[in-house]
Amino acid sequence: MKIKASALGALAMAAVVTAALPGAAQNDQGEKPSFLRNEYQAVKPEKANPLTELISGYFFRSRETQALQDDDFLNPGFLWVEQGQDLWSKPEGEAGKSCADCHQDAAATMKGVGASYPKVQPDGKLANLEGRINLCRTQYMKAPELKYDSDPLLALTAYVRHQSRGMPVKVAIDGTAAPYFEKGKEFYYTRRGQLDFSCASCHETNYGHYLRADFLSQGQSNGFPTYRLKWQKLGSLHRRLEGCVQDTRGETFKRGSEEFLALELYLAWRGQGLPVETPSVRQ
Amino acid sequence: MPWCQRPSHQPVRAAIAFLIAAVVGGPVAPGAASAEDLVAFVVDGQSVPKPLTGTPGDPVAGAKASVNRGGGNCLACHVLPIANQPFQGDVGPDLRGVGARLNEGELRLRVINAKLVNPESVMPAFYKADGFLMPRKDLAGKPILTAQEVEDVVAYLASLKE
Ligand code: HEC
Ligand code: HEC
Repeated sequence: MKIKASALGALAMAAVVTAALPGAAQNDQGEKPSFLRNEYQAVKPEKANPLTELISGYFFRSRETQALQDDDFLNPGFLWVEQGQDLWSKPEGEAGKSCADCHQDAAATMKGVGASYPKVQPDGKLANLEGRINLCRTQYMKAPELKYDSDPLLALTAYVRHQSRGMPVKVAIDGTAAPYFEKGKEFYYTRRGQLDFSCASCHETNYGHYLRADFLSQGQSNGFPTYRLKWQKLGSLHRRLEGCVQDTRGETFKRGSEEFLALELYLAWRGQGLPVETPSVRQ
Repeated sequence: MPWCQRPSHQPVRAAIAFLIAAVVGGPVAPGAASAEDLVAFVVDGQSVPKPLTGTPGDPVAGAKASVNRGGGNCLACHVLPIANQPFQGDVGPDLRGVGARLNEGELRLRVINAKLVNPESVMPAFYKADGFLMPRKDLAGKPILTAQEVEDVVAYLASLKE
């Protein structure tokens, strides 16, 4: 892991940055995004993938937003990565253990792990990184679960996933994972809400187009947890999914729900081969 | 295309069934079972020739409904000649001049339910009240636009001759 700006420094930076972008936090239409300038890197998908090229959400954002992600000192997501690093070796729960007691140096033991999640656990259930972290807490640390999108859970998730930064996403979808994959795929193509949109309506059929001020990407998950300028903080993939389902003027599912977990697996597979960017920065 | 082969795409099927019923039979209320509040209309080929209300559409009100994010929000997907609206979408075709390309009845059908023309369209049906999966509770059973708003929007589109 590279050395980061101190937490305080990053906080100050985050404040400066967002102040410099009045209103632009929710759109970046000022200049053509790299996707439209034809300046982007694409990954070739596997045969079964409905997309002809896989493109990270990074290439759909403005230069300013990209610049924030590119520089670890400016990237406000590192506040959480650093917090995660501290939590990693902090004992919690009745067993008096920390993550490090079982997993030692995350840079070695967690390398590649974040790229392979969500994953079916020994109990047969699909878990994402957030879920796996909570499993370790309840089973081995005898500590209570951390709340979804709470700062400590975001921090640990971001810290673990950051150990896979640059590595290609690669999830298992066969065997015990297959039913979850099918369920996630079904979700992806199902139209919902009063507007009758499926995920594909925006992210498969219309990426590279503007939906009013929003420039539509492929809706890839390789950057999560992501620092979203609109949120002014790091946020989970499930928080983003909640927003997207609400954009259909539909009732949404809970963060951590079986529905979103299955969708997360399918999304990871749709982006299989894209590099992990955690912590990414988005508008 | 994968979307409409899926069993979850009942709305599309229902729309097709409705289209057939409407072409074959007389007036049919859309989704007649549960949306009896909607005004009945007749689809004639690619057109709904008769207005939904007795009050002629107001193009100025129609332009407003097209901008309104909680209402028509047509600007999400289309370019319209409306000043002071810098962010206009390009998911659908540019609508400048649409009033010269399509007649009033054709415009009306597309605003009521574009999926009756193209079942795979991403354009929402603006005058349809049921058949949606898990609509937001406060919106369940309601169309996006009222019959009068549909007429206003149609009048506005019809005025876009160039
Ligand atoms: C009404 C349009 C719309 C629908 C429907 C929609 N999204 Fe999105 N989604 C957006 C917009 C706008 C953004 C922000 C810009 C972007 O990255 O596309 C976004 C962003 C995302 C992102 C973040 C991408 C990144 O790089 O950070 C993911 C992941 C995503 N969507 C997944 C989904 C999934 C899965 C569904 C279906 C449950 C879905 N979306 C449905 C509009 C939509
Ligand atoms: C989510 C995207 C979306 C929204 C919102 C939307 N449209 Fe469309 N519209 C489309 C697309 C895509 C087409 C192209 C034909 C098709 O796929 O149905 C279209 C086609 C049309 C056409 C036919 C144009 C032609 O030249 O044949 C008209 C008229 C139209 N839209 C009017 C409207 C109006 C009025 C509104 C708002 C009340 C609206 N649309 C909202 C996506 C949208």
